[in-house]
Amino acid sequence: MTAPVIVLLLVFLVAPIVMAAWVSLSNWNGIGSPFASDVSSVGLKNYQALLTDPGLPQQQLGESLRNNLYYVIFVVPVQTALALGLALAVSRKRLSGRGFFRTAYYFPSITSSVAVSVIFLYIFGSTGVVNAIISSLGAHGPNWFDDPSGVLQLLYSGLGVTQAPAALANHGFLGLPWWQWLAGPSVAMIALIVLAIWTTSGTFMLIFLPAIYAIPAELEEAAIMDGANTWQRFWRVTFPMLKPALFLVLTLGLIGTWQVFDQVYLISQGNPAGTTLTPAYLSYLTSFGNQQWGQGAAIAFILFAIIVVFTVLQRLVLKDRGATAGDRA
Amino acid sequence: MNRRMRKLAKRALLYLVLAIFAVIYIYPFLLSIGTAFKTDPDAMAQPLNPIPSHWVLTAFSELEQQDFLRWLANSMIVAVFVTAGRLLFDSMAGYALARLRFRGRGAVFSAIIAVMAVPSVVLLIPKFLVLKQLDIYNSYPGLIIPLMTDAAGVFIMRQFFLSVHPSIEEAAKIDGAGVFRIYWSVVLPMARPALMTLTILSFQGSWNDFSDILVAHQSPSLDTLTTGVGRLVSGQLGAATQYPLELAAAMAMTIPVAIVFFVFQKYIMRGGGGAVKE
Repeated sequence: MTAPVIVLLLVFLVAPIVMAAWVSLSNWNGIGSPFASDVSSVGLKNYQALLTDPGLPQQQLGESLRNNLYYVIFVVPVQTALALGLALAVSRKRLSGRGFFRTAYYFPSITSSVAVSVIFLYIFGSTGVVNAIISSLGAHGPNWFDDPSGVLQLLYSGLGVTQAPAALANHGFLGLPWWQWLAGPSVAMIALIVLAIWTTSGTFMLIFLPAIYAIPAELEEAAIMDGANTWQRFWRVTFPMLKPALFLVLTLGLIGTWQVFDQVYLISQGNPAGTTLTPAYLSYLTSFGNQQWGQGAAIAFILFAIIVVFTVLQRLVLKDRGATAGDRA
Repeated sequence: MNRRMRKLAKRALLYLVLAIFAVIYIYPFLLSIGTAFKTDPDAMAQPLNPIPSHWVLTAFSELEQQDFLRWLANSMIVAVFVTAGRLLFDSMAGYALARLRFRGRGAVFSAIIAVMAVPSVVLLIPKFLVLKQLDIYNSYPGLIIPLMTDAAGVFIMRQFFLSVHPSIEEAAKIDGAGVFRIYWSVVLPMARPALMTLTILSFQGSWNDFSDILVAHQSPSLDTLTTGVGRLVSGQLGAATQYPLELAAAMAMTIPVAIVFFVFQKYIMRGGGGAVKE
């Protein structure tokens, strides 16, 4: 009875991956079958163009990795902390309106990425709610989706560093000077970061909730008897018990943020000035847009490798901190 | 006395913080609903006020001209077939993996777990390649078949069947029922709670799916709500100033998932997020 599923999974998951692996090593241009006789192997050329040969493909990949790295660094900790905080708050037994608060926080999670993108285009528009609130506070909001300046670079210039130091401007990695790597997420990317946190924190709150309820009440009572204050109780009792859930949330968060695609396609298309370009969108653009299928598939595999590395790293780090972490996840 | 005051103040602060967050999560939706009934200039001039200065239905009549009903029909076709397919295939596979003894069962299960770990965005190009190869690109089967089974659903069903005691099935076996018969008339009726979870997840997932639909078709007549509204938003059909139109589309496409959510809220909010149940 597993046969239909195995066939479907084979046809739509395993075979595709094998085919894409072949395409990433070939010069297929999207016309006809990738297995036709006029398609030939180019070895690792597609990967070299992206990783080692100076040029536009390498620079774009560098940019997309920088953008996505900042996206991950900003989104994952905030969404995890917020989800945990909300879950702790709404799990209190004597809280009236618990159901309402839970529903409110979870509702963005059920909405499609398309609807959420439309909402954010509106509220972060130049005359949108966010800027209306900022100007009511007496400041002037940016043109969110048109502003490519990096927020860290704005910080540096606030500290008086307006010119890139020569050492950082002349050397770099993946076709991008170090100064550009250190620019931070652009103002436009910040809007996408807020969008991600807003939509996912409710989902992750729902993962923390059963874990919180599973903590035996006696444990908490014993800690109170021993004279532990709220802060100590959280770090010594609650937090260790939540490690498996935390591990799950971090893993899902990392995997999710490294493949941000829908919002970029719908809201920014990588603009302004390539500061919201992400590997997932670049892969799509290179293959479906520019018909360079070999290179597009190669980007997809590079992204896959990055996700695997990050997941393994995170596993190692969390394992060190507590032997039981992750065992259940 | 002092202690009680402090406790009260702490409580008030908690409610205040929770309320502020509730506003942050809910107000954008209220604003969007209100703006859908505004005129274009009104939407630009009054971004903070969800109540239109005068109510108009321009956005909705314009939506109708944009093929919205066709997108709606396509979304329904995809969601219904995908959900039905997942209920059948995932439960069959889950049952086999939980109960039947066959060679390579462990290997199949590990393979399904491995598949769950492959990021879906990485599979966009591969999916397109297979659809082309099978000659179902740009067709309804191309939109539906790749989504008709999912590793996470198989996993949920397997976990459920493992939690059910096999005694009833054994009784049916003694009575001479075959494997498929036992599955169909004994096991499936018992599995209602898990099938319910799977239905909610599948419907929500396929209704909201954007990227898989995007790479499976080309012609606008196959657009679902997500890709159709997506086209509208990313500037291929409309300009940035048409906020009421875009928000009307966004809110209208949210209604079905919102209904499912409110009807089955108890199932969903029971926790675990369904797909990631431990």
